[in-house]
Order: sequence, then structure tokens, then C-alpha cells
Amino acid sequence: MQPSRPSDYVDAGARGLADPDDERSSSDPRRTDAESSGRGDITQPKLGLVGWLRFAWRQLTSMRTALLLLLLLAVAAVPGSLVPQRTSDPNGVVQYKADHPELFPVLDGLQMFDVYSSVWFSSIYLLLFISLIGCIIPRTRHHWQALRARPPRTPARLQRLAGYRNSVSDADPQTAIAEAGALLRQLGYRVERYDSEARGAATYSVSAERGYLRETGNLVFHAAMVGVLFAVGIISGFGYNGQKVIVEGQSFTNVLAGYDSFNPGRFFDESSLTPYTITLDSFDAQYGIDQTTGAAVPLDYEAHLTTKVRGEEPIEANAKVNEPLHIAGNNAYLLGNGYAPVVTVYDSSGEVAFSQAVPFLPQDGNLTSLGVVKVPDAVPEQLGLVGFFYPWAVEQHSGAYASAHPQPGDPLLTFNVFSGDLGINEGIPRSVYALDTDGMTPVAGGEADAAAIELRPGERVELPDGLGAVEFTELKRFVSLDIHHDPTQLWVLIFSVLVVGGLAAALFVPRRRLWVKATVAADARTTLEYAGLARGEDPTLDQAVEDLAARHEAELESRSKR
Amino acid sequence: MNVNAELDTISLVLVYSAMAVYTLAFISYALDLARRSADKPAKIDGLVATDAGGAPAARSSSVGAAIGTASTATVARTTAAERRGEGAGRAVREGREKGSPSLKVGFSLTVLGFLIHLAADVLRGIAAGRVPWANMYEFSLTMTLIIVGVFIAVQVKQDLRFLGTFVIGLSVLILGVSTVGFYVSVIPLPPALQSPWLVIHVFVASLATGFLALGFALSIVQLLQYRRELLSLELQAVKLRFLRSLPSAERLENLAYRLNIVGFIFWTFTLIAGAVWAERAWGRYWGWDTKEVWTFIVWVLYAGYIHARATRGWRGNRSAWLAIIGFSAILFNYTVVNLFFKGLHAYSGL
Ligand code: HEM
Repeated sequence: MQPSRPSDYVDAGARGLADPDDERSSSDPRRTDAESSGRGDITQPKLGLVGWLRFAWRQLTSMRTALLLLLLLAVAAVPGSLVPQRTSDPNGVVQYKADHPELFPVLDGLQMFDVYSSVWFSSIYLLLFISLIGCIIPRTRHHWQALRARPPRTPARLQRLAGYRNSVSDADPQTAIAEAGALLRQLGYRVERYDSEARGAATYSVSAERGYLRETGNLVFHAAMVGVLFAVGIISGFGYNGQKVIVEGQSFTNVLAGYDSFNPGRFFDESSLTPYTITLDSFDAQYGIDQTTGAAVPLDYEAHLTTKVRGEEPIEANAKVNEPLHIAGNNAYLLGNGYAPVVTVYDSSGEVAFSQAVPFLPQDGNLTSLGVVKVPDAVPEQLGLVGFFYPWAVEQHSGAYASAHPQPGDPLLTFNVFSGDLGINEGIPRSVYALDTDGMTPVAGGEADAAAIELRPGERVELPDGLGAVEFTELKRFVSLDIHHDPTQLWVLIFSVLVVGGLAAALFVPRRRLWVKATVAADARTTLEYAGLARGEDPTLDQAVEDLAARHEAELESRSKR
Repeated sequence: MNVNAELDTISLVLVYSAMAVYTLAFISYALDLARRSADKPAKIDGLVATDAGGAPAARSSSVGAAIGTASTATVARTTAAERRGEGAGRAVREGREKGSPSLKVGFSLTVLGFLIHLAADVLRGIAAGRVPWANMYEFSLTMTLIIVGVFIAVQVKQDLRFLGTFVIGLSVLILGVSTVGFYVSVIPLPPALQSPWLVIHVFVASLATGFLALGFALSIVQLLQYRRELLSLELQAVKLRFLRSLPSAERLENLAYRLNIVGFIFWTFTLIAGAVWAERAWGRYWGWDTKEVWTFIVWVLYAGYIHARATRGWRGNRSAWLAIIGFSAILFNYTVVNLFFKGLHAYSGL
């Protein structure tokens, strides 16, 4: 019999025991030896290259290897939770590098900051999946045959099988067996009659099997695992995601240049971007109060948007934290929000050198926010401003400000001002959120003689030395959207459903064989025997045999009364 | 003080009451275990008789399987062992009302404690105006409730009251630590947690934990029982005696497996529900966030456990160890990862 499962599967070989072709085991199912259990290949003589390859393949697809690889996978996943990962926590990695300058290069060499795409992690799961495929294919073939096969012949001796019981009846043996067959069929078993005339005594029996769904479920489950990996590994290459900060009143257009940052998948093609625009009309945030600490806690964020797909009418839409906006095959997630004060900078000539909404990055729960203004067009010298925005400013004992609440109860903008070379003309990309003040002269705040400037909405402050003026023109809010195109989602979902369904069937559908046998004893009465055999975990087998026997006997009883 | 805060206070009082009742239950269960090792031969329940006859047979068959010579492990199981197992099950079913007085008292107190606990949890939910599992305190409250609930519920199918010390001990411990250490008054739900998936994901995770906790306890008893079964009869009379009236190691293993696979299904579902939710909230269904990593690790460990049960030479003690490691990872995930690891799942509310 072709092994349906790896040779070190607990059941390997054992399942032959109730098969008719296996004379010895059917005469005594409990007595088997190692030779009959698919271990013969170990004593193969010389192995050629092909032999070695087959040997290696068999090792790789054995249960033990699968088990070890699974355990290895679990262990290998641990380090990724101990040190920050570039994908999920890039800032953490930078911080780690600063904190552990010695250790960092070593760990980085071991790909500890990219564990889940590292060579070692990938090899483990790829081996596991090769093993898995090597496992599924022969089992599928075997199961396909089993699905079309008839239940095997009734073993000669049932006594030592599970749930064995016997009884004596006055019913005619043939009728009794026909009755048992009907009963089993009714219970969803596949049924086959086996009658024999051995040693002069007539034996009538039915052999029944059920629970093919168990193996089907197991195969579906394992195949769906391959499906998940396939979707994640291959289909994800067609996806992309990008981030965009949008200030109230502004729009985003879905072209490459429209994104602040963009991560294309391996097979991404720019022409696959559907042109559409998203305009942020307004943003609402609601806050509640933590009863114990009195701190403000966010209740709800909602971005009111207008979207327009080319060639269609504009639509009003909302995005909330757990409710992304769906547009043209993309999802737009509301990830962050904050304040974007409109800052106007006048240079020494009195001209407007800069006037824009500047998104400030929130630093705490009360939205104390940090921002940078770069004014390359200011004359005679470029200007750079670094400052804080406090939606609800309160002065602390130290004289510093803090924000008391995330809502704009008393908005305050403070700036340190620098003049000189912003260093953006050399074409080196610089973060818009950082100002390199190395080559610049402090003008106000910090080391400068003049104090830092403080502005409330609508206010304008002159800079020292006639360098110009800064105005807090207006207060706006911004949201940051994470825009995804993920073609794997649907596939992963489908495969996940198959995983759960397959698993449930594989774990809970009992697969078993039942036999009912009738022989005519010397006193001409009929001896009925019942027994079962579990294939896989089957805690209810005994009960099943017992119930069958009881129902069958009751059936025969009522028949004889008729 | 508004109504909700008042309800919350009542809830807290109920939590303390439940803890008191559970503590009494714990003591009763412990007395029961002590009684089991007491001198006079126990004729408590059907399990005794079966154990006496069944243990040696079980040992020989599991040893055979372990060496790998008996390729018929399944058959041996399904015939001798399983029949015996089911026999024991029936004996227990018939003798449901049996059990030492302290065991009965312990179980009644457990049910009483559960009802108080349930009331506490429901009140907390009403006070918060949402499901009561949005921060570490609430999550502990609900998780222990579900663990005890699962413990009570499985008794319908299988008498596992002897695990009372473990289950109630664990629950009281978690409840105690979290009321003292993690208590926060009702705070509104942050936007990221406002999702029906919170309800599903966390509830199913707790359910899984309830089943896996029982499997874990059974695996520990199994290992002890195995050691006892290896002892000579004279030594059995003096060592690990409280195990005398408990099922055989092999039977314990089968019971543990049945609970663990139920837990595993729920855990699988938890993982998927978590991914769906992560997709909604953060725009990706999987990002190897620390919490996700540990949920994955637990899942893979239990997949390993299930494989071990089907791999020659890995049944018995080795697979029991895997179940124990798996549950330890759950506890780790719930305690250390929640409290000390950095990640997006910062919902401990501390
Ligand atoms: C991605 C890796 C794998 C995972 C997550 C996994 C998971 C599982 C799970 C959860 C089960 C229990 C459900 C059931 O009985 O169908 C199972 C069973 C099984 N797996 Fe896997 N598996 C993996 C790889 C493999 C490989 C590589 C093999 C082949 C060597 C294999 C062979 C089996 C067999 C034979 C069973 C049936 C066990 C039984 O009868 O109880 N699996 N697997």
C-alpha cells in the first residue's frame, strides 16, 4: 500500500492493518512489526545519486522535519520582537543604533533588524513550505484514490478492535447484515458487503467507512497555507503604498509625484496608478476626559473629504480610524493628524518670502507640536525657523510653555529664528521636518540676543536687525493618509477562510471504519459482532460502536415482532 | 461622581468578592488534592478503578510507541486505551455527583464566584458603555471570567474538577495582580480600538486561552502522572500520591489534546480576526508588530504540538512539553509583551 503520509507519521503502516490485502495484520491487528510499517527503505543497500536525492527528499518531507522546522520557525521569530525592526519601527532602529553603537553592527550583520526578511528566517519558512508541498502532493493523490475506493474487507477477527461487542440473535444472518448496511448508510457511512464461506461456515458482513472529509480538510488546510504564502510572496509584488500629508483645503493627486513617500512592490508599474484626487475639506477631532488623570483622551477622528475620480462626479466621503476610504481600488487610511499653522514670512524688503500651511509634528497627547519653516527665498539671507505649536498654551513655573489640551483653546506658536545658508541648494535631500543650523546664525531665541518669538493667530512679529517679520496667519489642521493598493488582501482572506474551515474538518470530523459481522453458530442462532477502527483521533469511537449495536439490535427486535 | 463611576465602584467591589469566593474554592480544591494523597484507599469515583487496571497497559503501549517499534500505536490506543478511557468517561458521567465533599464544595464555590465575577464584568461594561475588554485591567477581568467559564462548561462533558486548584489559582492570581496593578477607571475608547473586531478578536482570544489553559494544566498533570507510573509500586505508595485517583498519563494526554485542538482553532481565528482588524485600523493586515509576532509564535508552537502528536517518537512527554511551552508563550504574550514591549498594540491603558 502506497504510504499516504510521511513514514514517521504515527499511523504509518498501522492503517494497513485493516486492509484485506494485508493478511497477517488482518488476522491480528495488534501484532505488527517494524518491517511492515514502511521502514523497509532504511535498509536499502547502496545509494546512488538518485538514491541520495530520494533519501534527502524523504527526510525533508518527513513529519519529524516538519515538526522541527515549525519549532525552529517559532524560535526564529522571537528576536524580531526583542529588537526594533526596520519595517515596523524605523525610528526604533535609529535609536537602537545610538544607544548601542558597539552592538549595532554585529546585530545588523545578523539581519536582526530585518528578521522577517532575513536570509535565515526566509530559509526556514521556505524549507518548511517545500516540505509541505512535498507532503501534500502524495497525500492528495492517495486521498483521491481513497475517495473512490470501497471500504476494505472485513477483518477475520474483530475481537481486538475498538468497541468490540457481540450478541446473539434469532434473526436470519443475511437479513441482519442487510439491515446493518442500511443503518450504516443512513448514518452517512460508505458501505460494502463482504460475505464469505470459510472453513465451511458462512460469514456475512458489512464494512463501512466514514469521515473522508477529515483528510480532505487536512489537505485543504495545508494547501491553503501554501496559498497564503503564495499570495503574500508573489501577489504583493503588484501592490504599493504611499503616504501623504494633506492640509485642510488642499488636495492630493494619485500620481507618483503626489506622494510624500512611496513604496512600490516588486512588480509595480507606474501606469497602474489610477488618477484621482482627494481634498481635505475639514477635520474633526473629539476628546473626552480620563476620570482619574484628568487627561484628554481622543474619542473620535474624522476627516471630511471630497474625492474625484477622473471622468466622474466629485463625491463627499469620510475617513475614520477604523474606517478607511475606498477609492479606485485603493484604501486610504487616516493614520495621523495634527496642526498646520499658516506661517507668512516677510523678508527685509518687506516682500512675502513665504506663506504656507506648515504641518507640525505632534509630540505628545496634548498635541504640543514641533515644526520647521525654511525660507530659501528670503533676502539678503535665507531664513530658517524651528518652533513649537501649543494648541492650548499654558505657561509653566519654569517659564516654558506646555499644551494643556489638544483642542485649540489658546493656540500659541513659538519660533527660534536662524539666518544663513539652509543647505538646500546643493541638491542634497533634506527632511522638511529638520533644520540643520550648523552654518546658520541665531537671530531670535536660543543663543541669539533677542528672545524667541511668540505668536497668536493673526499676530505679526518683526525680526531683529530688520531681517523681516513673521506672521501666524491662520490655523489649519492636517491629516496624514496612508494610501495602499494591496491586491493580496482578497486572496489572503479566501485562503484564511479555507485554513479555518479545513482545520475544523481535519480536527473534528471523526474518520472511522465500522464492521458488523454475522455468523451462524452451532445452535443455529446468529452471532452478531460489532467493532470499529479509528483513523486519527476519534474519542467517540466506542460510543459509536455501542450506539450502532444498540440501534441494530432494536431494529432486528422490532422486525421480528412484525 | 457620575452614575458610571458608581457602577464601576460596585463592579470593583464585586471583583474583590469574587476573588474572595475563588480563594475559598481554591482552598477546597487544595484540600481535595491533599485528601487524594491521604492514606485510606480512595473510592471516590470511577477513575480509581480504571486507573488501577489501566495504568500499566497504558504505559506499555506508550513506551512501545516511543521506541518506534510498535507501529500500531493507534490501534493499541483505540482498542485498549481508548476503550478504557471511554469507560472511565462513562463511569464519571454516571458518578457525576461523586467526588470528595471538598471537591464538591470547591466546585460550588467556583460557580458562585463565577456568577459574582460575571456581574462585575457586566457592570464594568455598562459603566464603560462598551465591551469590558479595552485595557489590561478589563482584559484580565474578562479573560479570567472566560477561563473559569470554560472550566465550568467542560465539566458537562468531562469531569476535570481536579484541575480546580490550577484554574482557580491562576485566575485569582491574574485577577489580584490586575486589580492591584492595572486598575484604571473607565476611560473612553481610543479611536484605534473602536471596532467590532475588538469585540470578536479579544473575545475569541480569551476563549482560546481558556481551553489552552486547561490543556496546559492537563499536560503538567500528565507529566507528573507519567513519572509516577514509572515508579515501582512501593514508591507509588509514597510519592506523588495525590495522582493516584487521577486518570492515567495517556488518558490525560488525550484529554489535553482534545482541549488544545479546540483552543487552537480559536487561536487560529484570533490570528485571522486580528489581521482583518489590523488591516482596517492600520492599513496592513500583517506587519510583524511585537504582539503579532507573539501571536504567531504561539500559533506555530501549537501547530508543532499537533504535529508532535502525530509524529512517531514525539507523542507523550515531548508533545506535553510543547503544549506547556505554548501556553507559557501565551502567558508571556499577555504579561511581558503587553507591559514591556513596544508596539502598536499599546492598549494596556497604563
Ligand atoms: C506551514 C507549515 C505547517 C503548518 C502550519 C501545519 C499545521 C498543521 C496543523 C494545524 C495540523 C492539524 C490539523 C490536521 O490534522 O489537519 C496539521 C496536521 C498534519 N500535518 Fe501539518 N503543518 C505544516 C506543515 C506540514 C508538513 C511539512 C507536513 C509533512 C511532513 C505536514 C503533515 C501533517 C500531517 C500528516 C498532519 C495530520 C496529523 C494528524 O493526523 O493528526 N504538515 N498540520
